[in-house]
Amino acid sequence: MSIDEPRNMPGDVPAGAPGAPRDAPADLDALVASWRGWMQRHDAVNTADLDELESHLLDTVDHFVSAGLTVDEAFLVAVKRLGGVDDLSREYAREHSERLWKQLVLSGDDDGPVGSAGSAGSALPGGDAEAAGRRLPWYRRANGLPVALLLGAGAGLAVKAVELATGDPSTVALNIAVIVLPFLALWFAWRRRPSIAVLAIVGVVFAGVGLALNLYPFVGSEADEAGTTVAAITSATGILAMLGSIVALWLATGLAYVGDDWRDERARMDFVRFSGEWFVYYVLIALGGGALSMLTVAVFASIGVDVMPFVGEWVLPLGAAGAVLVAAWLVGAKQRVIENIAPVLTKVFTPLFTIMMLALVVAALVQWNLVDASRDLLIAFDAVLVVVVGLLVYSISARDPLLPPGWFDRLQALMLATALVLDAIVLVAMLARTGEFGFSANKTASLGLNLILLVNLVWALRLQLGFLRRRTGFAALERWQTTLLPVYFAWAAILVVVFPPVFGFA
Amino acid sequence: MRIGKDLVAAAATPVVLGILADGESYGYAILQRITALSGGELEWSDGMLYPLLHRLERQGHVHSEWRQADSGRPRKHYRLSEQGAAVLADQRRQWSVVGDVLSKVWPDDGGPRLRLAFGEA
Repeated sequence: MSIDEPRNMPGDVPAGAPGAPRDAPADLDALVASWRGWMQRHDAVNTADLDELESHLLDTVDHFVSAGLTVDEAFLVAVKRLGGVDDLSREYAREHSERLWKQLVLSGDDDGPVGSAGSAGSALPGGDAEAAGRRLPWYRRANGLPVALLLGAGAGLAVKAVELATGDPSTVALNIAVIVLPFLALWFAWRRRPSIAVLAIVGVVFAGVGLALNLYPFVGSEADEAGTTVAAITSATGILAMLGSIVALWLATGLAYVGDDWRDERARMDFVRFSGEWFVYYVLIALGGGALSMLTVAVFASIGVDVMPFVGEWVLPLGAAGAVLVAAWLVGAKQRVIENIAPVLTKVFTPLFTIMMLALVVAALVQWNLVDASRDLLIAFDAVLVVVVGLLVYSISARDPLLPPGWFDRLQALMLATALVLDAIVLVAMLARTGEFGFSANKTASLGLNLILLVNLVWALRLQLGFLRRRTGFAALERWQTTLLPVYFAWAAILVVVFPPVFGFA
Repeated sequence: MRIGKDLVAAAATPVVLGILADGESYGYAILQRITALSGGELEWSDGMLYPLLHRLERQGHVHSEWRQADSGRPRKHYRLSEQGAAVLADQRRQWSVVGDVLSKVWPDDGGPRLRLAFGEA
């Protein structure tokens, strides 16, 4: 028996629990109830785990009672044999990374020294008692909200500074990821303490992308050509490079998030989880901020003051950039709230999207004219597939890996199969177009994205079917999606670095 | 004799899979069986078995199901999946290689190197 931890002694359990007065006849139910209450304080252990452990505990008690111990003696021995509460919850947290993630981000209020936050185990509860006696420095209160606000203000001011310095909105648009995301990377660097080597790599990626975006001489095409102007950038390769830089730098920021665990698929999945929750919060803040801004403009207009320029030129850019950091802080601070929203969102939108795609497939087959369809439709199809992959990844990240396959997983398989049919149609259409018009930057970029999505969907469907027939574990699905993250990064980096020179910066 | 922590951790997966290969079982019974088989020398804190079982389940090596025990208590039963059986066979090959090597390195007749050293002198 593992009896090498003296702090597992029953004294570890709150007074009045198993160490009940010996003269009182032991009530096993009461003992178990108080043991459960004690265990429940550890987030890594959920109710189903407790049911399982309780069943084990009662079996052990039965065993010792039949060997001649009294009930409360048997209970003490049984609790002790389960192992130390801290060790146990650490073991559970290690296995249930989705719960560990919750703890890592919540730990800011009560964990020990900052320097230890990098390793998974050290941020687990257990040091609450010693931490409670200490006052946190101001910048660490409320999960580090002051730091998040400072960084958010920094991001907003950086956007504004670049705009004022260059006087060119297209420069700001082109560089938006290079300007804003370093502040998010700094937030992770402060919160999660990755090693210097990791930070150096992140810094190199940011510098490389920034240099490429600003040294390449993007030439604007005819500005009057509809559909080619995005946020005042008129060059097609410029637009692609901007989109690529957002994806590449977001993933680079993710490297700062996972730190030294970047090889670990569960750490990567944590970042995917973060990205999904962050997106939800950002949209909520954007909606709220937009409504508030419009209300402000309307109210001031009614008394004859025009605040539109102020809102448009200062509140909007500062707010949009600052909200990136505030949303990141919210993901950490309000984890429990959103936890209930993520699964609901995927459950709502997966069926809707499946129906939408089935309708698309039918429509595409009925009127077989996609090949000569406009480019806008093809890009829209591409966007649909991106959303499908997003929904899949998001629902994988929100799912309890221990649940057996159910209706939702079957629905997901249907969604994947439909997406595959769609992708095949889109590919046929695209190849026909490139055969007709040659390879432009836009077509090549969409084609590359499509090939990546195709590989993703084919293998994901195979794994999903394997999971439905219980041939493979859920871990294989998680691993596949996180394996692709570097591939997305590579494609985004190619869009930024290789495409502009190849296509003449047009 | 106490078996080292690392060795216990390394042996845990093949031992648990091996026990489940005999038929489905639940946590308490698995631990009882390990204690009986090892004469009490291969043991760890009872609670640690469950995170291990959950990992095996997530990887698809075992499936689980809640059942009612005779006592009316709910119990989570685990059984080996096809994939788990394959993993077990693979682990078995690996361990038998290790066992072979060890038995050659540590022969039970006193050791060839010793004999060699004295015989050739």
